[in-house]
Amino acid sequence: MADLKPTVPLAGLNEAIGRARLAALDPGRVTSVAPWPGRNVDAALAPLGLHFPPPGTVIAAQGARIAWAGRQLAFLIGAEPPAALAGVAALTDQSDGWVWVHLSGADASAVLARLTPLDLRPSAFAVGTVARTVINHMQALILRGAEDGFEIAVFASMAGTLHHELTEAMRLVAARARI
Amino acid sequence: MTQSHRIPGRGQIDRARPVRFRFDGTLYEGFQGDTLASALLANGVRLMARSFKYHRPRGVMTAGAEDPSALVEVIEGNQQTPNVRASVQEIYEGLEARSQNRMGPLSFDLLAVNDRLSPFFSAGFYYKTFMWPRAFWERIYEPAIRRAAGLGSLSGHHDEGVYEKAWAHCDLLVIGSGPTGLIAALTAARAGADVILAEDDARMGGRLLSDGGEIDGQPARDWAAGVLTELAGLRNVRLMPRTAVTGAYDDGTFGALERVGLHRAPDAELPRECFWRIHARRAILAAGALERPIAHPDNDRPGVMMASGLHSYVSRWGVNPGRVVLFSNNDSGLATARALTAQGIEVAAYVDPREIPVTEDFPVYAGAQVTGTRGRLGLKTVEVRHKGGTSQIEARTLGLAGGWNPTLHLTCHMNGRPDWSDAIAAFVPRDGMVPGLAAAGAARGVFSTAGCLADGVAVAAEALNALGFKTPGAKIPQAEDAPYAIAPLWAVDAGGRAWLDFANDVTTKDVKLAAQEGYASVEHMKRYTTQGMAPDQGKTSNVAALAVLAEATGREIPQTGTTTFRPPFVPVSIAAMGAGGRGQGFAPKRLLTSDAKTRAMGAPMIEAGLWYRPSYFPRAGETTWREACDREVTMVREAVGVCDVSTLGKIDVQGADAGRFLDLVYTNAMSTLAVGRARYGLMLREDGMVMDDGTCARLGEGQFLITTTTAAAGLVMRHMDFVHQAFCADWDVRFISVTESWAQFAVAGPKARAVLAAVCTLPDLPFMGCAPVSVGGVAGRVFRISFSGELGYEVAVPTRYGAALFDRLLAAAEAEGGGAYGMEALNVLRVEKGFLTHAEIHGRVTADDVGLGKMVSAKKDCIGKPASQRPGLTEAGREQLVGLMPVDRGDSLSAGAHLFNQHDAPTRENDQGYVTSVAPSATLGMWLGLGFLKDGRARHGEVIRLEDGLRGKKVRVRVVDPVFFDPDGGRMRG
Repeated sequence: MADLKPTVPLAGLNEAIGRARLAALDPGRVTSVAPWPGRNVDAALAPLGLHFPPPGTVIAAQGARIAWAGRQLAFLIGAEPPAALAGVAALTDQSDGWVWVHLSGADASAVLARLTPLDLRPSAFAVGTVARTVINHMQALILRGAEDGFEIAVFASMAGTLHHELTEAMRLVAARARI
Repeated sequence: MTQSHRIPGRGQIDRARPVRFRFDGTLYEGFQGDTLASALLANGVRLMARSFKYHRPRGVMTAGAEDPSALVEVIEGNQQTPNVRASVQEIYEGLEARSQNRMGPLSFDLLAVNDRLSPFFSAGFYYKTFMWPRAFWERIYEPAIRRAAGLGSLSGHHDEGVYEKAWAHCDLLVIGSGPTGLIAALTAARAGADVILAEDDARMGGRLLSDGGEIDGQPARDWAAGVLTELAGLRNVRLMPRTAVTGAYDDGTFGALERVGLHRAPDAELPRECFWRIHARRAILAAGALERPIAHPDNDRPGVMMASGLHSYVSRWGVNPGRVVLFSNNDSGLATARALTAQGIEVAAYVDPREIPVTEDFPVYAGAQVTGTRGRLGLKTVEVRHKGGTSQIEARTLGLAGGWNPTLHLTCHMNGRPDWSDAIAAFVPRDGMVPGLAAAGAARGVFSTAGCLADGVAVAAEALNALGFKTPGAKIPQAEDAPYAIAPLWAVDAGGRAWLDFANDVTTKDVKLAAQEGYASVEHMKRYTTQGMAPDQGKTSNVAALAVLAEATGREIPQTGTTTFRPPFVPVSIAAMGAGGRGQGFAPKRLLTSDAKTRAMGAPMIEAGLWYRPSYFPRAGETTWREACDREVTMVREAVGVCDVSTLGKIDVQGADAGRFLDLVYTNAMSTLAVGRARYGLMLREDGMVMDDGTCARLGEGQFLITTTTAAAGLVMRHMDFVHQAFCADWDVRFISVTESWAQFAVAGPKARAVLAAVCTLPDLPFMGCAPVSVGGVAGRVFRISFSGELGYEVAVPTRYGAALFDRLLAAAEAEGGGAYGMEALNVLRVEKGFLTHAEIHGRVTADDVGLGKMVSAKKDCIGKPASQRPGLTEAGREQLVGLMPVDRGDSLSAGAHLFNQHDAPTRENDQGYVTSVAPSATLGMWLGLGFLKDGRARHGEVIRLEDGLRGKKVRVRVVDPVFFDPDGGRMRG
């Protein structure tokens, strides 16, 4: 039998409205890492140049990243989990569960301010930090990769709503900029 | 289009940009920068509205957000916005506004007959008069009264305008941009704090735009412009004009309404309004003060306005008010008279009850009062009672200056009460009424410009200090520092009707009547008279009304107290608060990987826990859902069906203590499951009621995969988090949702194996077995479970392969004479088998009620077990799950119907139970029902009556075991 063909929501998305751009993002392999009680996972992450992130932070090295994602939980992004990790943490593949997009541009913060109560000022949500928050009614993970660049993940089934919410907000912000 | 009442060269309007607009169909011209009110006044139009109850002619009374009188409707195509304040609405090319609350033209409102009948319409009249006969109130009196007394009208269409909601965060929120707000914002901005400066007006500057005098030797508005230029150039400052802060909430959160596009011609993409939630570590209320009128007879004619409003219309908008009379009890009114005279306005009389020296450039009537006015549709003369007698003074405009009330409303939003200040005869805020919010300047009773500037700096410094910013010593600009003297005069005692609340047509007589009838508490008076309950929330009338009440009850004002100010400070459109939430914007849509294919097959979708699932898959020639449903049911029973079941919640549970943890949350033991086997499980809430059901599969020694029902996925996850964190945080267990990680399809029917064999090498699984499987080269999982009662499997692959697998399974099923089935068939199949959904486990049933009492293990404890053994939950007489079959096979059943013994009347006392689910069984050729019946398990075979009062249905049904079909389960185990 022939192989199954993958379908990824929002694949190929690249949409600019006003001073904001929304693009598809393939984060690669995403694995949730939940250390067992009392176990230190830093040694197991060391081959990737990473260690377990404190709350709200993202640690990046050699293309792989690990982002805090909740209580005793982090998402290892863009790398296969090292074998040693399995002994010290519960690992669950989250690659397919979430849809990721990249929101960028001078108005990226203004767009997000329409959808999330998060304080987006760089003093409160600096480059290299992450938050578990909401995009309107959807629970979301938001990583700030740059002053004007955000990576946003929500449950994969909500891809259409995510796209709708973000582009609507982009349109509203762009309309304000016109006047 | 002549702008006959515009003073040449005067005003801060853009004369190079004329703007045409319509009011009640007539075309007028104004200038960019005009409000509807200023433009109408400039065109000599004083009559703008009819009053709420008596339909008295009314004009604009203020130049701000507090205006009680000039409410209009703005029409934009299908969009019709009622109760728009003419003093707030800016004109734009093509604006169409209409007066409201009238019958016939504005100048000849047929409902003005109410005014002639006013002796009958005093406060409380409706309650006393229209009581009998009782039934008449709702059907006749109320609709008639509502027609006659009211505000603007709605279009009757959905509001499809674009609205927006947004959040903002700052160190310091400054509310109001007069001298206090500007200097406070500047002080904070220079110190490096993130500042938001919010101003309700289209332009920043507050009173400085109208009557600010000089600051540091330059005209006040030039000083303001300089400050605003500096603020606009700072990255840490956000200026928010046209933004009214509407409420103060917990933890430094403020609501604010921004008019984004309402001042411009309609634009399909530009939001009309934005509702902001501003989080500020500190806030300064610099909202200034509102001038109050004096209640004298007929003080409500078009042409009567607050002295400050009059001053603004002259200075800021160049409106010529004609001959002016000013009636003032304080120095601010006198200053206005001087300022107007200096600008060439003819002040025909300055009337002051105080004995002030008569040394002005205009006629001064000291120790005098205004006792009446004339002019049906606009002021013509003012009657003044003075020492020499009574004079009729011709005037086109009467300015009232009854003193100032600090705009302290926001400080009261958390139920704090203000203090009375005798010095200014007004309420002033106390410190700390809203944590983190400090009032400054006129908002706390500091009325001179110099005083405001100094207070703004001081309060800002205090806030900055608390925030940890250093404040450079700032020079406070020089400005006017005149003292403010006032001799309170609330109401003129001269008979006739003297208005307090112009918005709700409440006079001094109404307030006195309230006191006389025993409504002496200020809150009772408010409700009896409706004073302060109009869209303006009594901003101009509140203090005067309670002063009149105080006098009528022989008390002082502080003892009388004030009513409670609550959010919002100005009216907020529901559309703005609900921005983005219309229709499907109400909730996210969760789409299955099979969604596109399913819709392409013509399946109508229904929503289940935010997911969209197919009801049924219609085929050519089928005209009703029943035909499709019957075919799909038969298809599953006789061949094979495929159904997307990815919506079920899936939780990956791992760890050495995973089994032990699952034993705690499930009623039955899961730790004893063998690897590669699955078990049906039941979870209880802490109160002992069934919370959810599902399957639990052991994938490995330390890994389980549990499923939940679609709608309860989040609930179960939350419950498990709670149990873990509260009771066993140190256990070796971790879990995470994988609902979205896997696409899972049920393949059910006698030919299920053949279909699966087409997509994978099917392992030999026993019933309730599970195994990893390679599906088209993809690592998947297969479970032998059944929700249909047939030989059934569920096959799962990573979500990205779901769409492809669904296509593959569908093709294979069709090759076997099967196909896809939807929710309707799924429901029939499970009812035939007596399987549960949340229709049965609806939150008020125990495991025993649903016939699963034996699943609560006696050998171990679990969440909810002790509570489920409470006497009330175990004794006889509880309603138990039963099957219901119509005695006459042709009868249909309905869910929601109640059950009665055959010969009992359908009364509450006789109620024996109710029906939770029904299904037209294609397999058995009749309707089947599930329901709860008192002691139902002992009553199998009994014939009772199903009665549905809503649908007028009475059906004789036989009580049977809830498993109607294949009771020993041979088909699914085979």
